[in-house]
Amino acid sequence: MKNLLLLVQGAAMATLLSVVSGVAIADSIRLATTTSTYNSGLLDHLLHSYSQNHDLEVQVIAVGTGKALRMAENGDVDLVMTHAPGAEAVFLKQGFGIEPRGVMYNDFILVGPESDPANVHSTHTVTEGLQRIAQFNSKFISRGDDSGTHKKELQLWQHLGASPAFSGYLESGRGMGHSLQMASELGAYTMTDRGTWLALKQKLDLKLVLESDPRLLNPYQVMLVNPTRHSHVKVDDARVFAQWLVHPEGQTAIANFRINGEALFVPSAESPDL
Amino acid sequence: MNELWHTFSAAIAQLASGDPTLWGIVGVSFSVSASALVIALLPALSVGFVLAYFRFPGRWAVISLLNSLLAVPTVVVGLVLYMLLSRAGPLGDLNLLFTRPAMIIGQILLCFPLLVAMSLSAFQAADHRVLETAKTLGASPWQAFVTLLFEVRFALLAAVVTAFGRIIAEVGSAMMVGGNILHHTRNITTAIALETGKGEFVQGVALGIVLLTLALVLNVSLGWMQSHSRVLRHGT
Repeated sequence: MKNLLLLVQGAAMATLLSVVSGVAIADSIRLATTTSTYNSGLLDHLLHSYSQNHDLEVQVIAVGTGKALRMAENGDVDLVMTHAPGAEAVFLKQGFGIEPRGVMYNDFILVGPESDPANVHSTHTVTEGLQRIAQFNSKFISRGDDSGTHKKELQLWQHLGASPAFSGYLESGRGMGHSLQMASELGAYTMTDRGTWLALKQKLDLKLVLESDPRLLNPYQVMLVNPTRHSHVKVDDARVFAQWLVHPEGQTAIANFRINGEALFVPSAESPDL
Repeated sequence: MNELWHTFSAAIAQLASGDPTLWGIVGVSFSVSASALVIALLPALSVGFVLAYFRFPGRWAVISLLNSLLAVPTVVVGLVLYMLLSRAGPLGDLNLLFTRPAMIIGQILLCFPLLVAMSLSAFQAADHRVLETAKTLGASPWQAFVTLLFEVRFALLAAVVTAFGRIIAEVGSAMMVGGNILHHTRNITTAIALETGKGEFVQGVALGIVLLTLALVLNVSLGWMQSHSRVLRHGT
């Protein structure tokens, strides 16, 4: 019994150590990115393309933009890809990130129940649409998680000069996929990035009610964690991957990512400086 | 109902097809939880033993503390561990955040109080004469301890099964300190959370079936062993 216990404990410690050393040796970087790029399947698609010609392993941590930037500030990841221009500007200004590059964009849209009780469909601007949802006190699911989508939504409410204080306004506190499902189950409106919508819409009882307002543009940016802040980050490896994203090869991979024939993201990198 | 059945049968098919990603995720869950349990086991049993057989000042406080730790939500353990292991935290240099060892540490913290509490009650329920007899027969303290372990083995096994059930089913700590990275720290529970977010219920259900089957097998075999031992004792 004694020997058995010692043996088992020894085995466990050996496993633990091998796991630790395995992680340390493997050539890998950590990318914190948003649930919208991950839940839509884009990241899987990109990493699959990337791994064809590269040995570098990219470990993806999918969280809201706010948390992703926070992880980068703390030096817990090597690079971030997010979609909140305001928060990204602050992040760069404070010296946490370097070498920002626009990678791609898509746009936000408003989706809601088939019946469209607030008749958002008849409006042309997102502010009008949100105003009607508030006026009719329709249910509206807000991400409520400090993600890029949430930041954008709050900006729009702020632009309306009103805090969204109507009783139909519900905060899910979850990712885009979960929030869309909640909206579908509750017959609520929500604001989503087009990518996640296209990836999930067949599973949802929702329809697109508003799109194509220039205010709804959703640009994604990649940034490296500043090595002068965190000397341990793998800035060189991170740069290799970031450059691939904005390189024609990565840009083509983004353009080729389609669900049911529809492109989810539009590559937007200007000529890559190599 | 039709939809439900469709999802369920697709899940079974995915499990049966030996989908490597799916079984890889199952493997992460098992290796993390088994490692945590094995590492925590002996120290926890020792603490349980000490608490059961020795009287010292502060003993009552230690027991109360451990009992309160039983009720700590897994996300709180995850949050505290996250702050400790983050680069910005005191243990950041260990470079453990978003790795399996971080998940193992979280699960050790979760199962340790449970193992102590259950082993403590097992030891307290044991016949004190076992220990005295062993000592009288010239057993060293270690041998006496091992004898006692053997005497209460079924209660301890129940503790192990319960602890394993708690940590393999927890999602809060694993998600926070593991980061849900595919092939590395994505385990059954974090994968279910992710897949339902993507509207992919099939994989979620498949993984759920694995967890349920595991719980069933563990508990049925435990029950069988316990009843089996009773039959043996009555027989002699």
